[in-house]
Amino acid sequence: MSTETQNLTLVQAVRDGLRTEMQRDEDVIVLGEDVGKNGGVFRATEGLYEEFGDDRVIDTPLAESGIVGTSIGMAAYGLRPVPEIQFMGFIYPAFDQIVSHAARLRTRTRGRFTCPMVIRAPYGGGIRAPEHHSESKEAFFVHEPGLKVVIPSTPADTKGLLASAIRDPDPVIFLEPKLIYRAFREDVPTGDHTVPLGEAAVRREGSDVSVYTWGAMTRPTMEAADNLAAEGVDCEVIDLRTLSPLDRETIVDSFEKTGRAAVVHEAPRTGGLGGEITAILQEEALLYQEAPIERITGFDTPVPLYALEDYYLPSPTRIEDGIREVVDFP
Amino acid sequence: MSVFDRDPDDQIQVLDADGELVGDLPDLSDSELVALYRHMRLARHFDERAVNLQRQGRMGTYPPLAGQEAAQVGSAMALDDGDWIAPSYREHAAVHVHGLSLSDILLYWMGHGAGGWDTDANVLPAAVPIATQIPHTTGLALASKLRGEDSESPRQTGNAGDAVACAYFGDGATSEGDFHEGLNMAGVFDVPAVFVCNNNGWAISVPRERQTASPTLAGKAAAYGIDGVQVDGMDPLATYAVTRAAVEKARTPGDRSRPTLIEAVQYRFGAHTTADDPTVYRDEAEVEAWRRRDPIPRLERFLRETGRLDDDRIDDIEASIRTQVTEAIDRAEDTPRPNPDRMFADVYAEQSAELRAQQAYLHRLRDRHGDDAFLKE
Repeated sequence: MSTETQNLTLVQAVRDGLRTEMQRDEDVIVLGEDVGKNGGVFRATEGLYEEFGDDRVIDTPLAESGIVGTSIGMAAYGLRPVPEIQFMGFIYPAFDQIVSHAARLRTRTRGRFTCPMVIRAPYGGGIRAPEHHSESKEAFFVHEPGLKVVIPSTPADTKGLLASAIRDPDPVIFLEPKLIYRAFREDVPTGDHTVPLGEAAVRREGSDVSVYTWGAMTRPTMEAADNLAAEGVDCEVIDLRTLSPLDRETIVDSFEKTGRAAVVHEAPRTGGLGGEITAILQEEALLYQEAPIERITGFDTPVPLYALEDYYLPSPTRIEDGIREVVDFP
Repeated sequence: MSVFDRDPDDQIQVLDADGELVGDLPDLSDSELVALYRHMRLARHFDERAVNLQRQGRMGTYPPLAGQEAAQVGSAMALDDGDWIAPSYREHAAVHVHGLSLSDILLYWMGHGAGGWDTDANVLPAAVPIATQIPHTTGLALASKLRGEDSESPRQTGNAGDAVACAYFGDGATSEGDFHEGLNMAGVFDVPAVFVCNNNGWAISVPRERQTASPTLAGKAAAYGIDGVQVDGMDPLATYAVTRAAVEKARTPGDRSRPTLIEAVQYRFGAHTTADDPTVYRDEAEVEAWRRRDPIPRLERFLRETGRLDDDRIDDIEASIRTQVTEAIDRAEDTPRPNPDRMFADVYAEQSAELRAQQAYLHRLRDRHGDDAFLKE
């Protein structure tokens, strides 16, 4: 692995990851709406069209189901398509293709045909976007066997996880936290760089409470942890990075150390991953539990238009309050 | 005149309903013509036996095809071995012609996952949601085009980059978004694809007139800038000829768009599935009228009158297909219930820890209670 690095934003890391994988493997094909000449509405594919040409970076008609369905056919044929859905809120027309076909092609053909593809989509709120541009519906896909679901929170992880997702033999839903596409920079290894799927990262070690989060919520959670540290509360922050399969070992190990837990996600509460993580802790570490597990989440409402979205998204203040509930119990 | 230079309602026919040659005989040898007949007879007999198996409780719900033999066999025989089929759930004859065994087809409807995946045939699994296989076909064809003829064969295809992908779907599928999205992209990307619509006039109980106000389904091709052709779907020689022309055009880039939408006008004699009762919505007189266009006696008459078939050969064919279908049923029924471990295999290339744990849990339960505790029968 290279020791050289580049200082990149998260969205630049997406591009660097795509570019590196396209150079490594000529079967990797990027396709979607505006990904070619325009370089993507978020510039995630900028320069790829010029470098790889219109056989490898394909501007498609505006048709989410068609983009994903076509990618399934390409993957079955032996290519490694990386379709982009412009915003997660537009993924629903492709939902049938993803869950009925991409997720099941391997099972249904006993491994004769597989579906190695990565569906990229920017997800989440906080950028003052119009309706249907702010969704965080990772739970839909986590619920579907046959898929993997990945959400990075740092530029280096973004490149490394994206490379692993593209090399993975199974379909991966790769959700990019667009709120932090350009929020900060980080040194990212140049050239070949992978981060394994299925492994959570401990972003902050602590002894009082385990706080589980991912994607765009990692930063407000870290901010809350810093603020609580000043009050003498020592948070351990776990960035799950891969939501399917979940890294149960890291989740449980941390809880066995702290005995207390909170989950932070911006997705709606009901049926969200917070419930799944709580269930894992109940099943595997009940006797370590010293307080009810707190969920700090979006509300069970459609993501509001931006005049209200700051109330909807978990803020450092809300996260701090939730964590205090856990550490102050009983 | 090319088959593509016609109006969408100018239906192509080679044999009329009485088996008289009314068009150009396609380039098929005598033995290929007899093979076409044999495949249709086989499909008809297979279908009758499959419906009976379901009635006897030996098989689950089954979608019959009788009436569609010409469209399925004629079109599938026009494909080369390396070409792809993306079927709906009713193309038992087409996928068999393309290499899936009859017993594997039966096993799928008997609830086994096996369904043909030990073969090398380039056939995607049955698409049960409607029209979803159409974008897959566009993707297969796009991949074929991108690969190019000189590229290395990918492991899972066994063929290089000049394969044609062929989708099969019903008239109801033309109402779905995936039909539009798939054909639109096929036209935009000019991919080697053939889209065969088995228009039997009904989407379960809803007639074609309630699917679309378009005068023909073939005419929809104009919206995507590709060729649309209507063919007599109960004329096996016409469906062969049209599909063959579409396959050759797909494989050879030129002035015309490579994809083709073929509307095969036909009638399915039986129910939508064995769970359906068409007498509720369909007039028996309509069925009888279409039976006069039955593709099998039609081709038989032609082959007899041109000296390619006689009673003896027909008896031989009849005997051999009966044996073949009986053997396929025996093989399927003798196949033991899959091991429950099968459920956990091939969900991912590498099994997750959680899935391993769930599999181990089922093992423990089976050890504790025995398999009889789980099985209803």
